[in-house]
Amino acid sequence: MTDVQAWIAEEVKTNDMVLFMKGTPAMPMCGFSGQVVQILDYLKVPYKGINVLADDAVRQGIKEFSNWPTIPQLYVKGEFVGGCDIVREMFQAGELQDMLAEKGITAPQTA
Amino acid sequence: MGAVRDSITRTLTEAFQPASLEVVDESHLHKGHAGWSEGGETHFRVRITAPAFAGMTRVAIHRAINDALKAELAGDVHALAIEAKAA
Repeated sequence: MTDVQAWIAEEVKTNDMVLFMKGTPAMPMCGFSGQVVQILDYLKVPYKGINVLADDAVRQGIKEFSNWPTIPQLYVKGEFVGGCDIVREMFQAGELQDMLAEKGITAPQTA
Repeated sequence: MGAVRDSITRTLTEAFQPASLEVVDESHLHKGHAGWSEGGETHFRVRITAPAFAGMTRVAIHRAINDALKAELAGDVHALAIEAKAA
């Protein structure tokens, strides 16, 4: 296992929800990454965004990590959920919300 | 024009014998964005319905499609949006 694979494995293990994306949640640099950000922000669930454009090793490494050729990639509790199309389909069907609730990931209560 | 689209259509038809298949060149929607180039055929959307997908998870279906289109995706295709279902 290369260093970058170990680093990715650690990131998805130690964070409940990780989105590997182009750009940042505040400034997505690709429409597909932006769509996933919009969905997660709409659900108000906490997640960590990792900008693959900042590091070419991560950009290539994440494709190998899950044998998935495209970015964005969403991971929940260490598990690969899917890319933009899958996340959107799941969201529209209500399955994403159910899955997050099942895994105990909820929007923080506002005061 | 349309050579990549034809190739995607042919490959998916052979691989999955779909009940319905639509391959749309959406490159014009991404004009000026990353991966876009003059002449189109960089961004595609695939709408496919195939009984072969029955019982498969979404991730498995997308993997199967991406695997089938490995040659096309290794070329000039920058993005492939997939809408897939079994029936």
